[in-house]
Amino acid sequence: MLLINCPYCGERPELEFVHGGQAHIARPGSPAECSDQQWADYLYRRDNIKGVHAERWRHTHGCGRFFNALRDTTSDQFLATYKIGEQPPVPAQAQPRKATA
Amino acid sequence: MSPTLRTPSGGRINRARTVRFTFDGRELRGFEGDTLASALLANGVHLVGRSFKYHRPRGVLTAGPEEPNALVAIRRDAVRVTPNLRATEVELYEGLTAHSQNRWPSLKLDVGAVNGLLSPFIPAGFYYKTFMWPRRAWKRLYEPRIRAAAGLGRAPEHPDPDSYSNRFAHCDVLVVGGGPAGLAAAHAAAESGARVILCDEQPQLGGSLLCEQDPGAALEDGAWLARTIAGLMAHPRVTVLTRTTAFGYFPHNLLGLEQRLTDHLAQPDPAQPRERQWQVRAREVVLATGAIERPLVFPGNDRPGIMLAGAARSYLNRYGVLAGRRAVLVTVSDEAYRCALDLHRAGTPVAAIIDVRPQVAGELPEAARRAGLPVHTGTTVVGTAGRLRVKSIRIRKLDAHGEPRGAVERIACDLVLMSGGHTPSAHLFSQSRGKLHWNEALQAFLPGESPERARCAGACRGIFSAAAARRDGENAGTLAARDAGLVVGAVIGEPALGPAHGAAASGELPQPAGRPVSKAFVDWQNDVTSRDLLLAAREGFRSIEHIKRYTTTGMATDQGKTSNLNALAIVARQIGKPIPEVGLTTFRMPYTPVTFGGFAGYSRGELFDPVRTTPIHDWAAGKGAVFEDVGLWKRARYFPRPGESMHAAVTRECQAVRAHCGLFDGSTLGKIEVVGKDAVTFMNRLYINGWTSLAVGRCRYGILLRDDGFIYDDGVVARIAEDRFHVTTTTGGAARVLAMMEDYLQTEWPDLSVWLTSTTEQWAVIAVQGPSARQVLEGLVQDVDLSAAALPHMSVAPGRICGVPMRLFRVSFTGELGFEINVPADFGQAVWEAVYEAGRPHGITPYGTEAMHVLRAEKGYIIVGQDTDGTVTPDDAGLAWAVGARKPDFVGKRALERPAMHSPQRKQLVGLLTAEPHVVLEEGAQVVLDARAAPPTRPIGHVTSSYYSATLGRSIALALVRGGRARMGQTLYVPTPRGNLAVQVTSPIFYDPKGSRQNA
Amino acid sequence: MRDLSAARQGPYVAASPLVRPLSPMTRLLLRGGADARAAALAALGLPFTDTACRAVCASGRAGLWLGPDERLLLAPQSQLMELSERLSAALAGRAHSLVDVTHRQCALEVSGPQAGVLLNCGCPLDLDPSAFPVGMCTRTVLAKAEIVLWRTGEHSFHLEVWRSFAAYVSKVLAQAARELTA
Repeated sequence: MLLINCPYCGERPELEFVHGGQAHIARPGSPAECSDQQWADYLYRRDNIKGVHAERWRHTHGCGRFFNALRDTTSDQFLATYKIGEQPPVPAQAQPRKATA
Repeated sequence: MSPTLRTPSGGRINRARTVRFTFDGRELRGFEGDTLASALLANGVHLVGRSFKYHRPRGVLTAGPEEPNALVAIRRDAVRVTPNLRATEVELYEGLTAHSQNRWPSLKLDVGAVNGLLSPFIPAGFYYKTFMWPRRAWKRLYEPRIRAAAGLGRAPEHPDPDSYSNRFAHCDVLVVGGGPAGLAAAHAAAESGARVILCDEQPQLGGSLLCEQDPGAALEDGAWLARTIAGLMAHPRVTVLTRTTAFGYFPHNLLGLEQRLTDHLAQPDPAQPRERQWQVRAREVVLATGAIERPLVFPGNDRPGIMLAGAARSYLNRYGVLAGRRAVLVTVSDEAYRCALDLHRAGTPVAAIIDVRPQVAGELPEAARRAGLPVHTGTTVVGTAGRLRVKSIRIRKLDAHGEPRGAVERIACDLVLMSGGHTPSAHLFSQSRGKLHWNEALQAFLPGESPERARCAGACRGIFSAAAARRDGENAGTLAARDAGLVVGAVIGEPALGPAHGAAASGELPQPAGRPVSKAFVDWQNDVTSRDLLLAAREGFRSIEHIKRYTTTGMATDQGKTSNLNALAIVARQIGKPIPEVGLTTFRMPYTPVTFGGFAGYSRGELFDPVRTTPIHDWAAGKGAVFEDVGLWKRARYFPRPGESMHAAVTRECQAVRAHCGLFDGSTLGKIEVVGKDAVTFMNRLYINGWTSLAVGRCRYGILLRDDGFIYDDGVVARIAEDRFHVTTTTGGAARVLAMMEDYLQTEWPDLSVWLTSTTEQWAVIAVQGPSARQVLEGLVQDVDLSAAALPHMSVAPGRICGVPMRLFRVSFTGELGFEINVPADFGQAVWEAVYEAGRPHGITPYGTEAMHVLRAEKGYIIVGQDTDGTVTPDDAGLAWAVGARKPDFVGKRALERPAMHSPQRKQLVGLLTAEPHVVLEEGAQVVLDARAAPPTRPIGHVTSSYYSATLGRSIALALVRGGRARMGQTLYVPTPRGNLAVQVTSPIFYDPKGSRQNA
Repeated sequence: MRDLSAARQGPYVAASPLVRPLSPMTRLLLRGGADARAAALAALGLPFTDTACRAVCASGRAGLWLGPDERLLLAPQSQLMELSERLSAALAGRAHSLVDVTHRQCALEVSGPQAGVLLNCGCPLDLDPSAFPVGMCTRTVLAKAEIVLWRTGEHSFHLEVWRSFAAYVSKVLAQAARELTA
C-alpha cells in the first residue's frame, strides 16, 4: 500500500485514493475540429512508461480533489505530487522516459 | 518419557510443569516451554513425516521457521484442524494433538514410498516430459493421481470457526527480530524518544541468545539481556509483539505482521481472535532477522536423525534435549565445533567430527581436540544408512586435489549434525526490492543499499557474533531514530563483518568422480537432489529462475530457506560461472505461510462487505419481502404472500400496478444536487440532452455518455431552481457518476461556478404508481396541486406530506400515472406507512424490483448495464430523440460523429415475441438468422431482458440485434438446449405505446 | 391527516462499550469560494479558518474542513430552519452551493483511552495525538466504509457515517471492541 502525499491533506495511505490514469491529457477544446484519429488518440492512446510517469490520482476518501503525481514505475517511489493546473515541479525529471524510444 | 534424552537440568523449559500431548495417537509428555519438535526429540521420536515426492522418512532438520520436513497437522477439535505447521514452531500445550502428514496407511509403513524406489526414473521435469499424451488424460487421470500422491497436509473441510483481527499501526522505528541486534536497536531508538514497535516470531525475546547456555558470556555482558528486555516491556513508547511474524515488506515502509494470539493456549477464549494482522507503517525500519544455517549436500543426507548442528545445540541448550545418543558432526566451518563441544559437555558421545577442510587450526577446533574429540580433516561423507533413523555414516579421506581416494570408513551413530555455514536472512530486505551483493570473504549474499527507509543489523547483514550484532543493532537503532527526525546521542561505529566460515560454498561435498550421486538432497521439502540440478544444467537451463521452475527447487512453502544457496552453488559449479553471476531468485511474501483468516480479518460473515439497507428496509422485511443484492444494497425483490411463488407474486404485483396502485421503494437511486450559477452550462456539457429550455419545476430523462460515445448512465433530472438541479442516477452508478462529474469539473472545466453534493442517502424515495395513485396521495399531500394540469407528467414540486417536507416528482418508470415522493430519510418509513395505510382502500400493493423490471420492460424502458453493455449509443437504444442536436459539444458528441456510429448494421434495441407465447427466453441467449443453425452459430444479437408479462398474457423480450430496426416483423431464431425457438422482431414498446396512461 | 413531523427514525447502530450514537443534528454541506466559506462560518458564529483538515466549533456548532472548497456545518437539530435562512442571507450574491444533508449521515462517538486503538482496527491513519491532534478532521475509511473522522478530545472521536453504512461501521467497531474490553 503506497503512501501518497495529497497536495491538500499531506501523506495518506493509498486506501483513500483512486488512480486516475495518465496525467496531462487535456480534452480537446474544439472536439468538432478533431479528426477521427486525433479523437481516438485522445481517448485511447496512453504511454506505458518504465520510469518516471505523470499520473492522476484522486483523494476520493479524503478531500475529494484530483491531483497529479510523478511516480517512478520501476520503484513505486513518488518524485512529486502537485495540484491540477500546475506544471510538474521537478523539470529535470519531469520528462517521462518512454519505454520505447 | 525416556529420561536419558532430557538433560538433568538447564534449558528454558519449565520442568515443574509437565505437558501431555499426542502424536499420531501416541501419548507423550513434554514440558511447558517445549516446542512440539523438542518434545518429540525428548521422547526419542525423530521420524515425523514423509517427503513430498518420494515419501522418504523424514525427521526434524532445524529448530526454527526454516523447517522443511517436520510439517504436522494440529487438531483441536472436529473443525479446528490446521495442516502444515512446522513442529519446530508449534508451542506445546496440555492436550495438544498432532498428526503426521503425507503418509498412508501409517508413518512407519507408507505405500507411497514406492516412489522412492522409482526415484531414478523420476528426475527433474519427469512430470512435464511423461504425462504429455494423451492430452485429455491430463485433467482426468494424471493430474488427480499425481496430486493425490504428492503434497502436504489436508486442507480443513469446515468453515474456520475462529475469528481474526486487523490493526493498523504507525511508528517511528519498526524493529523486526528480537535477537541481540534487534533488542539493541529497539532499545537505542526508544531511548531517543522514538515510537518503537519490536516484533519477533518466537514466544520469547532473545533470538539466537535463547540457544546459548550462557547468553551473558556470548554477549560479553552478563545482565544485558534481562535488563534490555525488561526496559523495553516497561517503556511507554515501545510496543513489543512476540509470536508475531513480519511476513511481508510492502512499498513505502508498510510491513505486514501476523500475531498469533491463541495457538499456544490449551483452552483459548473462543470470543477472542486467533490471530491479529498488523499493517505497520514505519518511518524507519530496522531488519534484524538473523541468519539460517545451511545443510550440507551428500548422499543420504535426509534420514531422520540428520539435522543442522545449530538445531541440535538449540535443542540442548534451550530445551534440555539430547537429539541423539551418538553424534557425528559434518562441517565446513569452525562455528559448528561449538555444537560438538556442548554435546560432549552434556555427555553425548561425539563419534567423529568430519571437516572437509584439509587443515583446521582455529580456537574452537583446538578446544575440540583438547577435549579428545576425533577430528577428521580433509574428509568427506559418501553415504549414510538406516531406514527410519540414521544408523551409520560412511566417510572417505580426500587427496591433495580434494578427490575422495581413501578407504571408505563406516562410523555408527544415531545423530548426524551438519553445518554448511550461515545464510543471512535477507527475505524482507529483498521483498523491499533491496539488492543483495555477494561477499566473497563470508561466502554469502549480503543486503546492499535499501530503496526504502530501512537498514539491516546483525547476522542478517553478516555480523555473526552476538556481541558484535548487539553493537550493530545499537548503531542501527540510533541512526533509525535520527532519520525518523529525533534527536539522538553519540553514534557508535559499525562493527566488522564476520567471522568468515572458512570454506567456499561449494554446494555439494566432494564425491568420487564418474559415479552418479544419488539421494543427495538440496531441497528437503520439494525433494530436489543435486542430481536434478545437474540434469537441468546439462539440459541447457542457465537462468537460475528457469532451473528453479524446472526442478522446483526453492518453490516449496519454506521458499528454500535452507536450500537456495546450495542449489545456486551446485548450478554455478556445473555451468562454470561464479555464484554472483548465476544470480538469485526473487524472495516473495509471505516469509512463512499466513492463514487466510488473517488476511480476511473482520471481513467475513455479515461483515464481509457493508450491507446497505434503505430507510424502508425494516418494513419490507416485516412484510416478508425477498431481497436481492444490487451492489452493496439489499433491495426488496418481491413480496410473497404465504405459500406464494415468485412468479405468482410478481404477476400479482404487476397487475396491481396496472389496475390499481403499487408502492415501491426507490431510495437506492443515486441522487446528486448540482448547484451554482453555471449549473445549466455544466449539465449541457455533460449530458446529451439540452437543459437550457427545461423550466424550473420540470423534469427530463437525461442520458450520460462517456467521451467514447457509449451510454454510461441515465436518470431523471429535475430543475429545482434556476441554479439547482436534482439529478438521479442508477443505483449502481451513483458513485461513479459523481466521480465522473467531479473529474470533468475539477480538471476540464474548473472555471465553472457549480458544485456537486451527493444526496443519495438524504432522501427516501417512495414511488406510488398506478391509476389510483393520485387518489391515494390526495389526502396526504399538502401545498401541492396534484392535478394533471398543475403537476403534469415529468414535473416536480416542493411541498409537505403529513407535515414532512418533500420533493414530489410526477414521474413514471412503469408507464402508469406515477409519483415519487422524496422525503428526508429519517421520515422514510413513517411516510411510507402513511401512504400504505391511505392506499389500502384503493388496493395499494407493495412491489419489488422484479415487478419493476417487468413493468418497465413492457414499456421498453432500458436498464443501463442490462440492456446496454458499454458499446451502446443513444441511437442503438432508440434514444436518439434525447440528443440536444443544437448543442456544439457534450461528452460523447464527437465520438458519435464517427461513421461507424451510424452504420445501419449496428446492434439496435428491438422487442422479440416468441412464437410460443408462454416460453420465456433466457437473458443472454443468442439471436441467429437461420432456423437450423447449429453450434457454432453466428449470432446477430442477444437477448438483454426477458420476462413473462401478466398484463399482456405472454412473454416479452428486449434484444440488441444487428440492424434490428430494419427487421421489424422478421422471424429470427434463438438457439436453446431444446432447439431453436422462432421469435418475431417487434417494437420494444409492448404496452401503451402512446403513453396515455402515464399522462393521465 | 397524521402529522409525522416528529416521526424520525435513524439508522440501526450496533451498541458497544466504546461507541455510542449521537442524537440527531442539523447538517449542511457548503461548497464555494473563500468569500462564501468565510461568510458562512461568520454567520454561524464560528471562528474563520482555512487550514486543511481542521474543524472549528463554538456553542454547539461546528464547521469541518472536508476539502478546499467544502465544509460540513453541524448544529443542533432544532436550528435547521433558522440556520438555513441565516446562511442564505449571508451567502446571497456569493458563488456557493448549500445542501441539506441532515439525513444523509449519522454520527457516532468513539471514546475512552482505547478509542484510537479501536478505530485503528479499520482506519489506516496514524491516530497518535502528535499526528492526529484534537480538532483534526478528515474523510477517511474504516474497513470498507467511508467515514468523516473528527478528534474532539484526546480520547474522543466524532464519526460521521452515511446512514446505510452505519450498521456496518458500528458492527465492525463492536467486534473490534470485544478484543479491547475482554
